[in-house]
Amino acid sequence: MMPFNHMKDYLTRQEALSFAVLALVLLVLLPLSLDVMRLNQVGKYLSFAFVAVGLVLCWGYGGILSLGQGIFYGLGGYAMAMYLKLEASSPQNTLIQTTPGIPDFMDWNRITELPWFWEPFYSLTFAIIAIVVLPSIVAYLIGVAMFKRRVGGVYFAIITQSIAAILTILIIGQQGLTGGINGITDLRTLKGWDIHTDVANYVFYFLCVFLLFVCLLIAQFIKKSKTGRILIAMRGQEDRVRFSGYDIANFKTFVFVVGAAFSGIGGAMFTLQEGFMSPSFVGVVPSIEMVIFCAVGGRLSLVGAVYGALLVNIAKTTFGETFPELWLFAMGLIFIGIVLGLPNGLAGVYSTWLAPKVDEMLNRLLGHEKQNQEIYTSIPIVKQGVVS
Amino acid sequence: MFSDFSTAELMAIFAMQGFAGLILFAVFILMALGLAIIFGQMGVINMAHGEFMILGAYVTYLTSTLFSTHAPDLFGAYFFFAIVFAFFAAALLGALVEWSMIRFLYHRPLDTLLATWGLSLILQQAYRSIFGAREVGVVIPDWLMGSYQLTDMIEVPINGIFVMCLALAATVFVITLMYRSRWGMQVRAVVQNRQMAGAVGINSAKVDRMTFALGCGIAGVAGSAFTMIGSTGPSSGQLYIVDTFLVVVFGGAGSLLGTVASAFSISQSQSILEFFMGGSMAKVLTLLIVVMILMFRPQGLFSLKVRR
Amino acid sequence: MAQSKDLGKGFKLNRRHFLAAAISAAVMLSTTPMMALADKPATADVNTTGLAVTDDTVTVGILHSITGTMAISEEGSVQAEILAIEQINAMGGVLGRQIQYIQEDGASDWPTFADRSRKLLRQDNVAAVFGCWTSASRKAVLPIFERFNGMLYYPTFYEGLEQSPNVIYTGQEATQQILAGLDWISNEKSAKSFYLIGSDYIWPRTSNKIARIHIEQHLGGSVVGEDYFPLGHTSFNSVINRIRLRKPDVVFASVVGGSNVAFYRQLKAAGLDMSKEDFTLLTISVTEDEILGIGGENIEGAYASMKYFQSLDNENNDAFVKAFKERWGENAVIGDVTQAAYLGPWLWKAAVEAAGSFDVDKVREASPGVELTTAPEGYVRIHENHHLWSKTRIGEAQRDGQFKVVYETDDLMEPNPFPAGYQ
Repeated sequence: MMPFNHMKDYLTRQEALSFAVLALVLLVLLPLSLDVMRLNQVGKYLSFAFVAVGLVLCWGYGGILSLGQGIFYGLGGYAMAMYLKLEASSPQNTLIQTTPGIPDFMDWNRITELPWFWEPFYSLTFAIIAIVVLPSIVAYLIGVAMFKRRVGGVYFAIITQSIAAILTILIIGQQGLTGGINGITDLRTLKGWDIHTDVANYVFYFLCVFLLFVCLLIAQFIKKSKTGRILIAMRGQEDRVRFSGYDIANFKTFVFVVGAAFSGIGGAMFTLQEGFMSPSFVGVVPSIEMVIFCAVGGRLSLVGAVYGALLVNIAKTTFGETFPELWLFAMGLIFIGIVLGLPNGLAGVYSTWLAPKVDEMLNRLLGHEKQNQEIYTSIPIVKQGVVS
Repeated sequence: MFSDFSTAELMAIFAMQGFAGLILFAVFILMALGLAIIFGQMGVINMAHGEFMILGAYVTYLTSTLFSTHAPDLFGAYFFFAIVFAFFAAALLGALVEWSMIRFLYHRPLDTLLATWGLSLILQQAYRSIFGAREVGVVIPDWLMGSYQLTDMIEVPINGIFVMCLALAATVFVITLMYRSRWGMQVRAVVQNRQMAGAVGINSAKVDRMTFALGCGIAGVAGSAFTMIGSTGPSSGQLYIVDTFLVVVFGGAGSLLGTVASAFSISQSQSILEFFMGGSMAKVLTLLIVVMILMFRPQGLFSLKVRR
Repeated sequence: MAQSKDLGKGFKLNRRHFLAAAISAAVMLSTTPMMALADKPATADVNTTGLAVTDDTVTVGILHSITGTMAISEEGSVQAEILAIEQINAMGGVLGRQIQYIQEDGASDWPTFADRSRKLLRQDNVAAVFGCWTSASRKAVLPIFERFNGMLYYPTFYEGLEQSPNVIYTGQEATQQILAGLDWISNEKSAKSFYLIGSDYIWPRTSNKIARIHIEQHLGGSVVGEDYFPLGHTSFNSVINRIRLRKPDVVFASVVGGSNVAFYRQLKAAGLDMSKEDFTLLTISVTEDEILGIGGENIEGAYASMKYFQSLDNENNDAFVKAFKERWGENAVIGDVTQAAYLGPWLWKAAVEAAGSFDVDKVREASPGVELTTAPEGYVRIHENHHLWSKTRIGEAQRDGQFKVVYETDDLMEPNPFPAGYQ
């Protein structure tokens, strides 16, 4: 079944252009202009873009703000790290341990047998499935429990935040099973292939960009499908949609699960590119930062979210390397400025100022074509009430 | 675990454990009261709440150094001045923040979260630049340290009793203000219906500013009290934020009584669990129980309206 | 700091225009006969691996958190390392070259540490890095140092269980710090029962594991309780009641960070007064730095087991404390880790001079056996396993925030990161 009658129902001209420009930047411009170390950094920032794209769906379109995206990012990252750690802990690599063949941190905590939930991670196939499925299951459970009871808005935000806090304490507390606050470190090879070489860095970077585009296209599909339109309707007038006979909770859960699965992939890509995973991505602070990436890029723009993740992280590194003390001031001011002045983020700036000009230019180049207005220009600023 | 002890010893331990729970209760009340006003009444998610508390702690530190250099005779009493200063310093900053940023965001509660998170980063770094990265040691007057011998086996920490009294005073003050004063009536009117409140002649902008300032001021008082039991450093405020929000949400936003009840139940369960199983697991279990209950009863203990 | 950064960039420029630089250097040589160059080995000889070494300078990295929660602890280490570098420069530098440093901020975030160390090693090509504080940050940068063959001088006392060819551990590992302390307190206070309490992460857990084995198997004592609290936990009244219930002879504490302040203040308030005879506490985590926040009056009488106290009475330490206060202010305090951080640049200098080269491989080869007679803590020597031979001392906390040294091991303690029988 063709869900769309025309290609342009799926991708407007403006959107196609923005995807193309993003592809140009990520696939040509950055790899050509950066050395491998910096490119590897950009690859890690892109792993946050997965989360930000998921947040555009959940928050921008669905109106549900999760302050617990770190949970899913962490689950994906840990699933990848567990596989890599088992590979790094082969009996011949760990001869000096009391129990060779198990990860080093387990040995330090006097655990002599691999815990049952580690066992399946010997299989790469299982790990890859777990990266997507594990966050999805957790998101599904949270979503069903919350949305069926019509918890939303601020309450959802605070409860997801608490779950992120619980998970962090749990990971740190159960260090014999999880590596504790150090995280899972010293990951070396993937199927015998060294993951720290320059070649590996390039491969993972392009893999990351590829997967990001897959996620972007899926998100674009959802956005333009009936589900997307119901989400928008729901965000505006939830009760009316409910009275029209739609099960609101199902739609919310669906989009939350998709966001979680994206985040899981992002986490796994981070682990591959950095060579370790740590609980510092799971907790409250990183989860809020991920929302910030999305807000800076524009909460209604998929492509904007990618730029948001990139720009905030690049700014963080540049400022952090030159003026570490000033960075927190700058970051704080950016948040406040964006929220007060540019509620639709950079994408909002683009669509108000640049998009009409670009459109005009395109019209001149390609001949006149009736253009659907960009979705984010036609929607007023998001309004979410605590209590309706 | 208890077989080696006499009944008298056990009774003494349980009595002291009961006090430990009450002290934690008082701590939670102080943390949550300010937020219950800001978040519960106004719907503003103030992520910088912890930083307002730390402002109170730093003001206490400054007051203590001021007294020890200029009025050493009065040092024993400086804490009372410090609490007052802390209240006004935090309230003033609160009013400033409300005027410069929060007032534009009342119709976008989730965005207040982002903006105040930005504010908290700025405040943290400001503290770091002004007071240094290290924790400051606030000297507590001698009469506030040490313990009070209730019976020959039961000892109660004096600063704990002090925190309890302060929490009680703050709660009575806030509840009287909110439910027994004209101003409180205006606040509740604005909360319930901003336009109607405006129509009957309430200056809602002013009420908002005062309410926000009051919430921040109470956070400052809490911070001042916490110098006795916790650390005072640029990022200490972060430690409290999750607990605080959970207490308010669990109580049911909008209900001050709910906040008190939830502070009581969370503090008691945490304190009892800690006694039996140690800190980390107790914390995880308490939070889990709270989140589970919230999933089944999202409106919290006392509130009626979160379902939409 | 900004200045040293510019210098770092300047270096990059030099490398890019190496020929031009070499020519101009040659011109300078021919026109101005520089006496200093006579006893200075040629750059090509002391640097065969492309490190940031010029004819006059050598660049090193300092990598600590100066923002975020760990800034509290790491500030002292940064100050000590800068002081050491300045002192070495004033003495003529290393192999006739002045040390320049590039300081990076780890921002209390382990991935940031990894990122910055990659920059220091790959982009700045520093000859050595002094840095890291928490075990987690060290674990995060370790694979990077091993891959790009850097040299890290790590100052913190830590849990052991590690021995990397690319790290020199200038703090004590767990057995050095713990065993002597437990032996002493068991003799001195005839302690038989112990209560172990710590923050919930690897160092306290590993330390308590070692302590428990030592207490149960070597001291004939018993452990009556073992508790962990999340980092940043601030309510300890329940555990204080547990301690009261179990009545241990000694509380063995490895609580860290902000929790420390809460823990000791609440102990004091609960009437468990360490300055009196009936309650003994041995800590491995409280240095002079932490007492600043806790308040001397709240921890008076506690015992700490570590290798250095600011009050150590010897010539080296007098000079060090004086220099430190002149540089960083009269109110500066110096804890165990700060002193260990101070050793880093000196040990590196000694190893470089022994090797006659900045090359990391040669420095590593020359490191075991390198000794320092001028260390504030007294004499130290690098062991084959890259840790330091050092003495362990017991200090009794005083009201003024200093420790009184009450015991010192006769011999240097051998570092033993993989202690047989304690794992």
